[in-house]
Amino acid sequence: MRVEEISVFRGERLVLDGVSLAMEAGGALLLTGPNGAGKSTLLRVLAGLRKPDSGQILWHGTDAFEDRSMHARHIAYLGHQEALKPGLTLTENLALFARGRPLIPALEAFDLLELRELPVRLLSAGQKRRAALARVVLADAALWLLDEPSLGLDARAVERLGDALETHRRAGGMVIATTHVPLPLPDADVLALPGAPLEAATGDAWGAGGWA
Amino acid sequence: MIATFRAIVARDLRLALRHGADTLGAVLFFILAGALFPLALGPSPELLRRMAPGVIWVCALLAALLPLDRLFGAELEDGSLDQLLLLGLPPSLVALAKMTAHWLTTGLPLLIAAMPLAVMLGLPFATLPVLLAGLLPGTLILSLLGGMAAAIVLGARRGGVLLPLLVLPLATPGLIFGAAAIDAARTGLPFAPDLELLLAFFAGALPLAPLAAGAGLRAAAE
Repeated sequence: MRVEEISVFRGERLVLDGVSLAMEAGGALLLTGPNGAGKSTLLRVLAGLRKPDSGQILWHGTDAFEDRSMHARHIAYLGHQEALKPGLTLTENLALFARGRPLIPALEAFDLLELRELPVRLLSAGQKRRAALARVVLADAALWLLDEPSLGLDARAVERLGDALETHRRAGGMVIATTHVPLPLPDADVLALPGAPLEAATGDAWGAGGWA
Repeated sequence: MIATFRAIVARDLRLALRHGADTLGAVLFFILAGALFPLALGPSPELLRRMAPGVIWVCALLAALLPLDRLFGAELEDGSLDQLLLLGLPPSLVALAKMTAHWLTTGLPLLIAAMPLAVMLGLPFATLPVLLAGLLPGTLILSLLGGMAAAIVLGARRGGVLLPLLVLPLATPGLIFGAAAIDAARTGLPFAPDLELLLAFFAGALPLAPLAAGAGLRAAAE
């Protein structure tokens, strides 16, 4: 996958300015940068959820935005939110995303087997995060896009995440993750997003009479 | 692709069962609103019989609006919308699956509840088949138009207020032909043309509404 010169505006503000990157099979990339630097936005663009204002994403040489539903099949995305329905059990929540693949190994990968018949509203924040990670494993996709995957995880779960990431990469999968804390991703490339210059973030709002 | 479509519908049905109170709410509103008319207009059987088609259709229209706000709103709030869009299904099919679930959980119960309401308002038994024949495409149209509007206003600040303003004018042709068909059947006139126009309206909405809704979902996710 190659990403060429992606730029994204949010409102009047330039969040991503000409970001380029390339990924090989088995590769991993960590996105770092201060809050508001556009890490999550970049992940959403890569997932095809948001169109970049300029630049393109090439998947095996073809533009990913030509057929976004096709591109989506290569993607497993973990956002800030867990996207679980509190009224349904873990199994029922994940069934939609299994599409015929076995559910048990994905649950096992994050120690969720005993919890699988519980309604999600009874789970803790860390357990929900693990369930969302199980969905990523379940998607069986080439590229994992993880937005702060270790948020709320205990030491053992982080270890499990490391195992899952390694299995995925050894099978030729790719990982792009944003993080503020160290992740169990050995020899990953790092792309530091600089963040918006200070005057762009505050200057306009003041200048344009932001209080009114 | 069909399996994924069915899985989305199945998930929504299961959710509707778990939150039974929300699901029943629309039907109870329908019956209650219909029952208010005899109280307000007085118990004259002739008057009620004449007003019954309009009352049933207007109440069904309003009742179908109730769950629309949450149809996509809940998905957007908890991040499920992103995951639904990444299933590899075109967004219009995701929208159509949600609309199907809306019809199964709201339209179909309304269809069944319309029968006791019609009897209560004194509609002759002979007109009941025409009532159902009209309400069947009618409720389908409401699910399609309502789902479309819900997807379009998704993410807007006052979406809940905009929603009826968008759906009600669009649904008026259905209201006119649906009520007219029952009226025609009651007075012994041919009712087939009205039902055919209703079906034509449904045939137009079936491809167009999911397309517009899909675009709305994409825009909301951005």
